[in-house]
Amino acid sequence: MDRPASFLDEALSLDDGDSNNLQPWIGRVVLVEDCVETNGAFVLHHLIKRFLSPNLSSSDSIVIFVAFAQPFSHYDRILRKMGCNLVVQRENKRLIFFDMLMLECPDDGVEDGIIALYGNIQKAVEAVSSLNKNITIMIDDISLLEVAANGSTKDVLDFMHYCHTLTTQFACTIITVIHEDIYSSADHFTLPLQMEHLADIKIKAEPLVTGLAADVHGQLTILNKGSSDGLGRWKSKIRNFHYRVKENSVEYFYPGGRT
Amino acid sequence: MATNKGRTSSFSRNFSAAPTSSIPGLKYGPNGTIFLSSGVPDLDKILGGGFHLGSLVMIMEDTEAPHHMLLLRNFMSQGLVHNQPILYASPSTNPRAFLGTLPTMLVSKDDRSRNTDAEQKDLRIAWQYKKYLGENKPHIEERDGKVEYCNEFDLRKPIEKHLIMGNRVECISLLDCSSLAGFRNSCSKFLSQLPRYDGNITSAGRIAIQSLCAPQCEYFDKEWDMLSFIRSLKSMVRSSNAVAFLTFPASLVSPSVSKRWQHLADTLLSVKAIPDEDKELANLLTGYQDMLGLLSVHKVARFNTQVPVILDATTYSIKLQKRRSLVLECLNQAPVDGSSGSSYGTSGSCSGSSKTGTLDF
Repeated sequence: MDRPASFLDEALSLDDGDSNNLQPWIGRVVLVEDCVETNGAFVLHHLIKRFLSPNLSSSDSIVIFVAFAQPFSHYDRILRKMGCNLVVQRENKRLIFFDMLMLECPDDGVEDGIIALYGNIQKAVEAVSSLNKNITIMIDDISLLEVAANGSTKDVLDFMHYCHTLTTQFACTIITVIHEDIYSSADHFTLPLQMEHLADIKIKAEPLVTGLAADVHGQLTILNKGSSDGLGRWKSKIRNFHYRVKENSVEYFYPGGRT
Repeated sequence: MATNKGRTSSFSRNFSAAPTSSIPGLKYGPNGTIFLSSGVPDLDKILGGGFHLGSLVMIMEDTEAPHHMLLLRNFMSQGLVHNQPILYASPSTNPRAFLGTLPTMLVSKDDRSRNTDAEQKDLRIAWQYKKYLGENKPHIEERDGKVEYCNEFDLRKPIEKHLIMGNRVECISLLDCSSLAGFRNSCSKFLSQLPRYDGNITSAGRIAIQSLCAPQCEYFDKEWDMLSFIRSLKSMVRSSNAVAFLTFPASLVSPSVSKRWQHLADTLLSVKAIPDEDKELANLLTGYQDMLGLLSVHKVARFNTQVPVILDATTYSIKLQKRRSLVLECLNQAPVDGSSGSSYGTSGSCSGSSKTGTLDF
């Protein structure tokens, strides 16, 4: 599909200028930060569509989705409007969906519950690793994982570190969502700090300083820590632009540049 | 600078084209959602139809005023009028006593006179038969033979006894719960009679929880237990035909826990008290004397869609129309007094602002 590049794909180095030759990520950790006023789930929807679309130059991608926030039907209907059928993808084994809405860890068995969850993810990854496809693990969202773990930040961090080992071992990409406004007023910054340290790419969705508006739903700030320009040099870049979410796509534009 | 001129168009469904449900008290919304009335007609309009079936609605209380009770009462009365099973929990020793304070449906004089006018027109020729018809008219519960989706309630008059009789409302006292596990099981049992079908909906239920984190409850200091409970309530409600309505005094929990609660809500509202004799506010707003308080809409449930709801105004004034029915009105800035010389820093527009302040609307 011949389409002009979108700001988001460009900022995420998902796009090398030629939209017919999309480069997938390999072994990256991506952190999406949002708040009550601006929900960052639309970034996840965009990335799901990207990874499950048939446009990728190299072999297909597989998405492992761990959902704490919404049921499968919600994502299915949204992605369908964007032109991606999650039911079919799930049947074709390109999408593995873990519905964790009802995950309950008993008080004394939090560690076991989290270990079991990690075990499931690792099994799923190992099952598809032989197929030589790009694997992406998406977790929506990690603040709810903390609640499911009864507040045991230590267990959640251990879980994330174990998932991180999968990036090196199997070249998976991990994408998580965190609600950064929960931690800004707390004494315990451990989780967001560790996640930011782990992340190669940080995407932050927040409202404009002037508040919410119908034309501009918020602003995205993207910090891409290590983008190689192909000659062995690594430079980090920060991008900031505004966005407006629509039913089947998201518009990105520079401030004041709305057509 | 590449602009995203995609060929895809964004179209939104026309609300009015959605078919009306044949089940009283339920209405179809866009994206395959179903609405339940909040019991306050203005609030239904603001939220775009009502509360989504399967959603968790949270009201952040103001500890200085009980305005959240007005919303709670209307919510429960609406459920009773529509014959929907209700589970009510509150931190009082006798929650069933609260049912006596629920408002009854408002029968407005305008309706009655309008109907009789129509009658008089039709029966102009056969006027002598009017005396046989007037007395046998049924109580105006239905208009055009259809049960109303949303009723207005008269907060001065208590609800009819027969509606709260028997087991229609299950009452639970939160003071009896040392941990929330028992309460959770009660909710689970209540919701198991209302499973979610994608096909025909036969009934819908309501869960009303008042002041979940009240300090007198034993579990008050167990913040993670409360979060865990809300999370499971949200998941249970999502897979059933019910709406959970929960109020909590946000200022009594720590800010980060309050934020977690707010993130868990599908629809988030807050009420704030208005001081009685605030000269500054009286100068700023018209109709200040009639206002009870302010209602702010922070988040509206988005099921099956990623587009956020951006309202024209997020703060409304709570008033009692004719001292009996709850109305929500947009705030109007009073004409600025030119001689005073000072300009009010915040603009009069009511769109939400990200900065916090005491007079922020």
